[in-house]
Amino acid sequence: MSWELNSERPIYAQIIEKVMIDIVSGHYQPGEKLPSVRDLASDAAVNPNTMQKALSELERSGLVYSQRTSGRYITEDRTMIENAKKELAHKQIQEFIKKMNQLGLSKEETIALIQNGEEDDL
Amino acid sequence: MSIILECTQLSKSYSSKPALKNIDLKLESGRIIGLLGPNGSGKTTLIKLINQLLTPTSGEIKIDGMHPSVETKGIVSYLPERSYLGNWMRVKDALDFFSDFYEDFDRSRALDMLEKLGLHPSDKLKTMSKGTKEKVQLILVMSRHARLYCLDEPIAGVDPAARDYILSTIINNYSENSTVLISTHLISDVENILDEVIFIQNGQIRLHASVDDIRMREGKSVDAFFREVFRC
Repeated sequence: MSWELNSERPIYAQIIEKVMIDIVSGHYQPGEKLPSVRDLASDAAVNPNTMQKALSELERSGLVYSQRTSGRYITEDRTMIENAKKELAHKQIQEFIKKMNQLGLSKEETIALIQNGEEDDL
Repeated sequence: MSIILECTQLSKSYSSKPALKNIDLKLESGRIIGLLGPNGSGKTTLIKLINQLLTPTSGEIKIDGMHPSVETKGIVSYLPERSYLGNWMRVKDALDFFSDFYEDFDRSRALDMLEKLGLHPSDKLKTMSKGTKEKVQLILVMSRHARLYCLDEPIAGVDPAARDYILSTIINNYSENSTVLISTHLISDVENILDEVIFIQNGQIRLHASVDDIRMREGKSVDAFFREVFRC
């Protein structure tokens, strides 16, 4: 089971995120055909109905479109993929900043720490 | 969505002891549904009523609009808790047995799955491990083109790898217009493949909801929610 699904959040929401990450990271290329619902469901070890629901949701967002008979494809609109990437990154950053706040660090202190850390790595 | 199973005020008592009390339940086709409850809550009783191994004390049960009968047995595929396959059988005998009994049995599909497990028609059931025997029975049951699959504790007593195999066999073989009812108390293992769950306790239905609804509303897994509802 290669898909790491945690137990607290709705499964379909986690699938949407996982497929989005696969799209923005280039694992799925623009215009590439997605595997069938059944294959994806089997791969993720989830119910095909749940996979279907997640993919329909992605279709609504425009990142994925379906061709009536031949299946689902990744959008060829690279700007849309770029925007999705930014949106995902933004979410991660917000969560990170929140955690740093819990440690008592301000946004500026956090940024300074990151920069210092990067210098150390060099 | 059509209704595949409908129970109306269904009750079953063993002598004077009630096992199911006035159950009202409707299941739609095309879903995988978990029947979850502690030991002795009535899970197996309900499944046996569906398969006409028991008759209701009162109330009604309908499968695809029909009362349990020879016809309904033709569209319900049942995996009992205990094996009914004889220990003297070889794999081939079990296949013959299913071919004889069920018109909707897809022998080539079963053979194909057995082959992938490295099992041969001449293998004896007697010499198989518990896990392998469970897999063989599940393959037989899932190789029928049924409308309703009733699986009574399909993953109890087998190792985690065999559980994964059993669950993926269920996902890969059920068709979109059939329904799978899985009774179990090993919730965390099955919850990712379920559409809906039914919580049953002391012969009554505590809850019937979709898995995603529970996670959204409660902010926890069905397993964690179950432990909370049924805390001893």
